[in-house]
Formats: sequence, C-alpha cells, structure tokens
Amino acid sequence: MELSGAEIIIKCLQAEKVEYVFGYPGGAVLFIYDELFKQNKVKHVLVRHEQGATHAADGYSRSSRKVGVALVTSGPGVTNAVTGIATAYMDSIPMVIISGQVPTHAIGLDAFQECDAVGITRPCVKHNFLVKDVRDLALTIKKAFYLATTGRPGPVLVDVPKDVTVAKCKFEYPETISMRSYNPVVKGHSGQIKKAAQLLIEAKRPMIYAGGGVILSDAAPQLTKLVRTLGFPCTNTLMGLGGFPATDKHFVGMLGMHGTYEANMAMQHCDVLVAIGARFDDRVIGDPAHFGQMPRKIIHIDIDPSSISKRVKVDVPIVGHVPDVLDDLIKLIETGKQRPEPKALAAWWDQIKLWKTKDCLRYDRKSKIIKPQFVLEKLYEITKGDAFITSDVGQHQMWAAQFYKFDKPRRWINSGGLGTMGFGLPAAMGAQLANPGATVACVTGEASFQMCIQELSTCKQYRLPIKVVNLNNRYMGMVRQWQQFFHGNRYSESYMDALPDFVKLAESYGHVGMRIDKPADVESALKEAFKRTDELVFMDFMTDQTENVYPMVGGGKGLTEMILAEEL
Amino acid sequence: MRHIISILLENEAGALSRVSGLFSARGYNIESLTVAPTEDASLSRMTIVTSGSGDVIEQITKQLNKLVEVVKVVDLFEAPHIERELMLIKVRASAKDRDDMKRMSDIFRGRIIDVSEDTYTIELTGTGQKLDAFIEALGRSAIIETARTGACGISRGQRVLRI
Repeated sequence: MELSGAEIIIKCLQAEKVEYVFGYPGGAVLFIYDELFKQNKVKHVLVRHEQGATHAADGYSRSSRKVGVALVTSGPGVTNAVTGIATAYMDSIPMVIISGQVPTHAIGLDAFQECDAVGITRPCVKHNFLVKDVRDLALTIKKAFYLATTGRPGPVLVDVPKDVTVAKCKFEYPETISMRSYNPVVKGHSGQIKKAAQLLIEAKRPMIYAGGGVILSDAAPQLTKLVRTLGFPCTNTLMGLGGFPATDKHFVGMLGMHGTYEANMAMQHCDVLVAIGARFDDRVIGDPAHFGQMPRKIIHIDIDPSSISKRVKVDVPIVGHVPDVLDDLIKLIETGKQRPEPKALAAWWDQIKLWKTKDCLRYDRKSKIIKPQFVLEKLYEITKGDAFITSDVGQHQMWAAQFYKFDKPRRWINSGGLGTMGFGLPAAMGAQLANPGATVACVTGEASFQMCIQELSTCKQYRLPIKVVNLNNRYMGMVRQWQQFFHGNRYSESYMDALPDFVKLAESYGHVGMRIDKPADVESALKEAFKRTDELVFMDFMTDQTENVYPMVGGGKGLTEMILAEEL
Repeated sequence: MRHIISILLENEAGALSRVSGLFSARGYNIESLTVAPTEDASLSRMTIVTSGSGDVIEQITKQLNKLVEVVKVVDLFEAPHIERELMLIKVRASAKDRDDMKRMSDIFRGRIIDVSEDTYTIELTGTGQKLDAFIEALGRSAIIETARTGACGISRGQRVLRI
C-alpha cells in the first residue's frame, strides 16, 4: 500500500517512538498536521511561538536523553525556530526539526512563506536535508535521527516541500542505517588510554575537569567512579553540572568566568589536567595564553576530534565515547598496582582547602533586601536538591549554577553555549512533559522571561505545573554588572522601565502569581508554591538591584584574575 | 604556510556550500577551490588551496571531516605530490606581435587553441607559479583576458585518495 509523504512522516515518528512533537501549524505543513490529527501515538504540543517549540524539544531532550522533535511551517515558522536550533547546536543536543517548505515547483521563485531553510540553518545544525522526492523521505528521517543521536549529538533539520507531503510511495522504515561518509569514532585508542593512566598515577597536583559531554553521553557514573577511585579534585563546567555530585567532598565547584576561587586556582596550578567532554571554552579558561603560562600535562577525552587542541594544545588526546573511554581507564587503574602518591595528593588537597577559605560565594545574609543567592539556597533546600532546574541567561543563571547543588545529571538545563535569553520557560515545558510528576522549576529574570513569556499560555493548555522563580531586579543584571565593572557605571539601556505586574500577568494566563518583597517571606513563599503540585506558580522575587555575581573573570582575562566580592 | 587539501565528498546539492560556509564561518583562507565529480559519479573531488599555521590546518581538516557529506580528507602537503592549474589566456596578437607571442607560448609549453585577427587564446597548464611567470613575462598590456581553474593536485606514487 502506498502512503502519502505526510503519513510517512508520522509513521517514521512512531517508529522512532517519538512521544511528543512540539510545533506550530501553517500552510506548508497542513497535510502533516492532518495526519497528526488522525492518530494518537505521537502527541503534539502547540506552542505560542516556534522559538518555544525548539526550546521545548531541547528541554525535553536534555532532561530525558531522548530526541527532541519540533515541527514548524515554512518561512517565518522556520526562521523563528532558528534561535532554538542554534541553541541546541551550541550545546550538542539531539533534536530533529521537521520544517515545511513551499512546493518543489515553487522553490526559488520567492513564493509566499518561502525561505531557504536549509541555507539559513546550515551553520547551526549538525546536518540538514531538503527532501525533493517522497521516495527519499523515510530514509532521510531515519538518517536525521541517526545523525542527531550518534557521535557528537546535535540538531538535524529535515525540510519537506508541501507537494512531497502529498505525493505517495511505498513505505518502508529502514531498521538500520550506515553512511559511508559518517563513522564517528567510539572506541578510545588503547595506547593513549595507557598513557593517560600513567600520567594520572604520576600526578602530584591532578585536576579533573568535566563538561557537558559527560551529561550527553551519560557518563556520570563512570566519572564519579574515576574521581573517587583516584581521590582527585573534580570541577564541572556550567554544562557539566550534575555530571559529578556537587555534594561530594571531591567537588570543588564550577569553574570559569563565575567559577569558584578554588576551582579556578586548582585548574591553573594543577600539573595534570584531565578534560572530559569539555572544550576549553572562553568562558571556562579565559585567555588561553594566560592559561598556557603554567606547565601542565593535559589529557583530553572527547567524542569530537575537532574539540581537541582547538583552543588549548593537549598532550594526550583520546577520541571516543566518554563512558567507554572512562571504563577502560578505570579498569587500567584498578588492575594496575600503582597508586597516586598519597603525600603529594594530601598536600594538593591542603592547598585547595586553603583556597576554599576565601569563601568566594559569600554574600550579605543580613540584607533587608532579598538577595538572589538566598532565594536559590532556599530553593535548593525546599526542593531537596531533587528538582529539574531550567534557567534563562544572565546573573540568575550563574547564581543558580553556583548555589543549587546538582547531584544528578540532566537536572540542570540551561543554554550554556549560545546564551539564549528566553530559553528557560519553554525548556521547562519540555522537561515537565518528559518527567511528569517531577518538580520542575524555571529560574529566570524579568528580562529573560519576557523573551518567551507567551509560553505561559502553552503551560496552561497542557497543565504544566512549572514553578517560575523570577529574580526581579528591574535590570538586565549581567549587562548592568559588566557596565558597572567595565563601562564606568554607565547603565546604557540595561534598565527596563514599564515592567508588567507579573502576578496579574500570571493570573491572566490562569496561573498563580506571587510577589515576594522581604527576605523573611522567601521560604514560606517557596514552600507554598511547591505545595501547589498541579499549578504553575509564578514567584516574583523583588531582589537587590545592585547585587553582582562573584567571583568574576573579566572577558579576555586570565582564569585566576578573579574579581572577588571584597575587592569592590 | 600554503597547503593543498583534497576532499572526497558526496556529490549532492549543497555539499559545496557546506564546505565553503565552513571556511567563511570559521575565518579560514581559501586561495582557490575546484570541484568536479569523480569517475564514481556519486562522489565529487574538491581541491582547496589554503594557508595557515599547522594548528589552523589541523583544525581545518578536523572540521572538514566533521561535515556529514565529507567522505575523506587529505592534506597533500604531507607527502610528495603534483599540483597543476589550467589557464586560458587571451592575448593581443596583431601583425607585428604575432610571432613573438607564438614564441613566448612555446617557451612556456603553451598551446594556441584559438586565433583571431588580433588575438591568440593560449592554453597553459602548470603550477600556479608557472602561470604567474607567464603572465609576468607577457606584461599587463598584452593580456586581454584570463581564466584560471585554481589548483588541482594528486599525491605521487602509492598514496591515493579514494574510498
């Protein structure tokens, strides 16, 4: 029996066991929506803007390790989705985006709602396809899922012209697939792993630095085992939080621009560094020349060869699937007789503990104005550290990363690479749908939140009981902070006048709104909000406008050139 | 330093723009780029002449390998290789210059492939340097038009680029 292209798309999604598609209908995808309507295996979540669809699919994926799927129409549908696609690309999130396209005969003629979707998205997808023949459709969708999930994951876009959704052919979904031009390395080189094991054993001042690759490859158990076996200090990047338990004694906090003093100092002064699923990003190591001043041996484990020796030259590159490489490495260390020298390691830990006494995350606990850090500490306590926390981008994101102790992977969901304001709420929708019954909180600020505020409506429609923690300082806080530090206190356009009454706004969408002005009310408000397990509660915390995120490494500065609270 | 990177890639619409887009997005140089299908019509072979430090070239080859449609990448500069470029050049060849021009073409092993009352069109192959030398030798005023293909290269001996 022959099926139409639209039917084939739905059959493929069913075959991939896709639970949710996040999307928005339009002319070019009407036949696909018609087929969606006729079945009930693949559920559709109607967002209010296509950016929300891609962020929601992204949050769904990050919180569940499944592929996030978005469906958008041609032209503005796909251009609106681009921000979300680029966000997923920068953080290597497996997603499949199906976009409608004008009919094949109209392509290139500036048709209504036409845009070159493949051209526009090319630099921000792992790969993309334009399907011109219905007979290629099933294979292309199979390839899209395969590419999105293997190797270094990423978003893949499939652009389907309207006439292809109507045309018919025999449907057969390929069980497996192989592509001659795409064979990601999986197994790490055993010789290199041996070299790494030897370096680790000989290390006097070792440091383990783990990034988002640990989360994406589900290597948290292996990383935890490696760190505990060796007794080494471990730091996580913003993307890697939860990859190693934050409450473990070996954890020295997040590193980087707003990392802890001890993590950054240890990173700079170690003699052997193991980078795992991380990429020496500018926000992580600052100026590479400054970082390179200190002699150290670097082992770098990553699935993507192009991440290795990109910003920092490494001594022992190991390309492979992180959990497999770590398994091999642990085995070598466990079966070998040698152990790191305890004396040297103890001296190194003493040094780290000394750095720790700086108490770099301290803030004024007696403040009469709500301190954002205080809200996050209370959020951690009240959710018992077991919530899915999404965030937007800015100061609140950094405070959440610093003050919420993530013990499990996939609990911390934020846009690290692209830094997309507006990510938090739709990502929380995806996380809530992927984890029904779980506590999902979106930590945000009044500026970020307004970038995808329309999704409050989606939350109502699908009864998503997200808890929104809005740290409202009436500023684009991080912009204001940079202006204070580096632009002579000239707060150019970083103050937002005419903010809405968020309580009324939440209520008008059918949610619960709360405004909290005093530190004394923070805890009770959070308790009250999290008791309402079946409602979205928007908590508008009026926080200190002048609070800054410390420590801070200025843009382009060296990792240890930190601005600490006391220095201002 | 100058490098010649040869790429085998799927002969599909858009593959060229993925490669050229990669170079522009990451700020890599392209001195020349040539591409044509191979004897296996499903594959194209692309030759890119680029320049950069060893680290940059390493990143270029890694990034190229990451492109899904790229099957194989080699840096021809890693081993002995041959490089050729084709130039078609139309020169002034009126009565008094005609013999000189013919001689000049012969010296450079060029072939005159089209003749008109006032012009010759010469076909010349060689390294880019040789073509440059020919242009230099003719002098600007003698040249009416040039069309160059950009370099194309292949390794010497046993070293091959194929799947």
